[in-house]
Amino acid sequence: MASDTIDVTYVARLARLNLSADERAAFQSQLGQILDYVQAIRGVDVTGVEPTAHAIRVQNRFREDVTADGLAMDAILANAPQHSDSQFIVPRIVE
Amino acid sequence: MGSLNTLTVRQAVDHLEQGACSSEELVRDLLSARTALDGTIQGYLQMDGERALAEARHADADRKKGRRGRLLGVPLAVKDILNVTGQACRCGSRILDGYTAPYDATAIARLRAEGAIFVGRTNMDEFGMGSSTENSAFGPTRNPWNSACVPGGSSGGSAAVVAADMALAALGSDTGGSVRQPAAFCGCTGLKPSYGRVSRYGLVAYASSLDQIGPLTKDVDDAALLLGVMAGPDPRDSSSVEALVEDYAAACGSDLKGMKLGLPRDYFVKGLEPAVEAAIRAAIERCRELGAEVVEVSLPHTSVAIPTYYIVATAEASANLARFDGVRYGFRAEGAEDVLEVYAKTRAQGFGPEVKRRIILGTYVLSGGYHDAYYVRAQKVRTLIRRDFEDAFKTCDAILAPVAPTAAYRLGEKMADPLQMYLGDIFTVPASLAGICGLSVPCGFTPAGLPVGLQVLGPAFGESRVLRVGSAYQKSTDWHRRRPALAAEGGR
Amino acid sequence: MKYLTTIGLEVHVQLKTRSKMFCGCPTGPGAPPNTQVCPVCLGYPGTLPVMNGEAIRLTVMTGLMLGCAISPYSKFDRKNYFYPDMPKNYQISQFDKPLCLGGSVEIDAGGGAVKAVRLTRIHLEEDVGKCIHQARRSGVDFNRAGVPLMEIVTEPDMETPDEAFAFLLALKQMLLYLGVSDCNLEEGNLRCDVNCSVRPEGQAELGTKVEIKNMNTFKGVHVALQYELDRQLEAVRTGERIVQETRRWEPEAGATAPMRSKEQAHDYRYFPEPDLMPVVLPPAQVEAWRAALPELPRQKRERFAAQYGIPEYDARVLAAQKAVADYFDEAARGASNPKLISNWVMTEMLRRLAEREMDIRDCKVTPAALRELAALAEIQAINSNTAKEVFAILFEQGGDPAAVVRERGWGQNSDGDAIGALADRVIAENAKSADDYRRGKEAALKFLIGQVMRLSQGKANPQMATEKLVQRLGRPGGTG
Repeated sequence: MASDTIDVTYVARLARLNLSADERAAFQSQLGQILDYVQAIRGVDVTGVEPTAHAIRVQNRFREDVTADGLAMDAILANAPQHSDSQFIVPRIVE
Repeated sequence: MGSLNTLTVRQAVDHLEQGACSSEELVRDLLSARTALDGTIQGYLQMDGERALAEARHADADRKKGRRGRLLGVPLAVKDILNVTGQACRCGSRILDGYTAPYDATAIARLRAEGAIFVGRTNMDEFGMGSSTENSAFGPTRNPWNSACVPGGSSGGSAAVVAADMALAALGSDTGGSVRQPAAFCGCTGLKPSYGRVSRYGLVAYASSLDQIGPLTKDVDDAALLLGVMAGPDPRDSSSVEALVEDYAAACGSDLKGMKLGLPRDYFVKGLEPAVEAAIRAAIERCRELGAEVVEVSLPHTSVAIPTYYIVATAEASANLARFDGVRYGFRAEGAEDVLEVYAKTRAQGFGPEVKRRIILGTYVLSGGYHDAYYVRAQKVRTLIRRDFEDAFKTCDAILAPVAPTAAYRLGEKMADPLQMYLGDIFTVPASLAGICGLSVPCGFTPAGLPVGLQVLGPAFGESRVLRVGSAYQKSTDWHRRRPALAAEGGR
Repeated sequence: MKYLTTIGLEVHVQLKTRSKMFCGCPTGPGAPPNTQVCPVCLGYPGTLPVMNGEAIRLTVMTGLMLGCAISPYSKFDRKNYFYPDMPKNYQISQFDKPLCLGGSVEIDAGGGAVKAVRLTRIHLEEDVGKCIHQARRSGVDFNRAGVPLMEIVTEPDMETPDEAFAFLLALKQMLLYLGVSDCNLEEGNLRCDVNCSVRPEGQAELGTKVEIKNMNTFKGVHVALQYELDRQLEAVRTGERIVQETRRWEPEAGATAPMRSKEQAHDYRYFPEPDLMPVVLPPAQVEAWRAALPELPRQKRERFAAQYGIPEYDARVLAAQKAVADYFDEAARGASNPKLISNWVMTEMLRRLAEREMDIRDCKVTPAALRELAALAEIQAINSNTAKEVFAILFEQGGDPAAVVRERGWGQNSDGDAIGALADRVIAENAKSADDYRRGKEAALKFLIGQVMRLSQGKANPQMATEKLVQRLGRPGGTG
């Protein structure tokens, strides 16, 4: 079965990944092969079959509405690439 | 002492309890084994000797004060994907450079509560994505049986350090075979518990509906011991299940009388290396001799398990790995002018090629226009795969199968062709998709001297059954006691 | 040509829970940046969300109150997009199986008319953090990240900015009634996205939809809609094409402006959240919650009128705010004349509360005290001016009205013998006026009553004074 073509540039942008020209070319061909291979699932009769999102049949897992201690500020800031005045700092946000 | 590193966990516990050795001595022997061997194997990413010794001394002092614990003073190695307070947790990736875990994974906390100490972090395929540990940002780990070969993956570091007696036991994680397959390649024992059996809290997510933490050990008894400590529901993980945690150690008997073992005809097909098949067939014979009845079963959707797995797993991964963006923790690329550039550059420089490939595949199968054809359809096929096992377990207690179609292959052999690498997961991903449990035990060697693993699959929460089969088999064989020459030269 | 305008709203309501949607961090406002965060709501590697059962309950209660169908099976999904205020770069939300479907909110459509605005759905999701924009960079505070947000989506049933405004008011009233949210606009407890379009009269299909994002005041919604609909009407009249886009309201400019897209193509790649299990509420649970629903404003209005015999107008004013209604209810219960209670609440109480910008729940006049005060006035133990003074004292200091009256010696004299004696004295001292009255000059009686009041230093019960004088003087122009 013919597979869909993958627009690697578009998908990489959705995934916020800069790809080099080499990577783009390699992925284009490798992912093309992989997509050809996964077409196999199209041949399976799934009429009336419910999708499985969880491997277990569990429902209604709730927690009580109680507060708990959070993370100490020094631990948070020690992990932050950039911070100032207890805030995480990022460059300009283009909306 | 000098060879405490060769002990199993249970032996170490006995030694410690009887005062035959101290935790400090145990850790010293592990450190010397590592010094001797790990330059070649590269199983550990990190091992802070001073800190490990300090913790061991602490455990020894605790014991003198009367503290007890099923694992008091027992050093364990941990795959670099589990959060351990105060330790780095890099997942074999550059993108977590600079991150220090501020909390313990639940499995870690439970082992710690029994007195275990966490002495080193083991190498892995980046974020668990790979089957050879070649996809680590920190270089590959080598197979202790042949350093030109891969140790399997993604928990290759954990398997290698256990096989080379650089650890008594290690923790790994299994999403599509990442505990079972490296255990087979390195000749140790690896258990993937049923989905929901061990809390995933603190395990960095690759594919959330598939991931499970599992032990890599020198024998089945140790796997049972570690599982018993880690298992059980956790209020921090909604997918952890209340199902009864059995006495896994007690389940480890020595015969298989009255057990019905299934052989899936769909697993003995073209592509299965003859030497591997021969070892598996011999193991099946041994099980029969131990009293088991062997019946043929069918798992008809095996051939579509890999496509299904690579759609479901990469879709989930594409979201799970979105959080690595250089804002709150970890690596951030230099020189970004705006936020979009921070994301795109950080992720471009921080992730390796296999991770990028899977993020792109996963993003694609979820994107508008393809979502139903790939993702939803794969979820439906997943239902069929699950049903295959449910049906099979109506006629047998456990299933015997190969872990992988081949033994360990040479480094670089499959790196250029990702699809070939994926195909090696054929016998492990179906159980992952079904959420059932699986055990890998050594069952022989290829003519090239590489270990072969026997896979024992059990129904969801049927860990006692697979442990019983594995234990009985091991008590009648010595494959699991064989050690690579490399380890013998350096470590003893 | 005449044009029709159509408006739909998506209202995000911060639920009143102690802890966040998926972790135990507190939700209170005003904390210093990043002090209400933990590994879970910061999206740390390895962490997992666990649902806050209370947030589920509050959402379902809201759905029950607004007449929604409660989904027998509901689930959470991941909505994928990157933004610095999103810790995981996906938001846990609900895509195709929201907790509540349908329902409606009745609004005042002007001129006493009532209109039902239909709801599409109500779902639950997590809030994001806050970006604090600085000169060339932004700071991010994740205190709000993970706070439970209920999103209420309407059908495009509103036609004017006034109706949208009325909808928001009515919704807020209901939410406050139920107590599911503080609905504090300053703290961003209620935010909404507005969809609007115009189309020529007679055309069934809606016009091109324009979205205005993230409005956080009701007045803002009103003026933004006025501007935007005018802009669209002007555009269609001049033949300009309206593009489907997301715009932002810029209050300083008094105009909407297009936003540069947050996420190209809005390809959110929804898929079921593997870390959360489905919500399958047992019908018995839903019914138990339904039984626990408080009375709705309309029901309360009707009950007040019926039970307390107060006018429709009073009932409407008293039921408008739940706290006021609860106060009135408690004060009126057991009162001999509930109408008097209603008068007190609607005049003195609401006036003084408004002057002080106070909430009735903080008022020092307890419902029991007000009931007692009204009773004292009714039996004329005090006159009405004194009663108002007593109220003023209670409002400042609280306490028992009878005690206030006693301590200050303000009791009204209703002692028949004493007032009779005063009447005798006044008649004797004002024989002319008494004669005038007897001859039919009604006004003379007023004078005589005034004299009784004067002699009693204002404490005589005026009605009793009148009775005693009339007893002694006989009916004006009568046979006596």
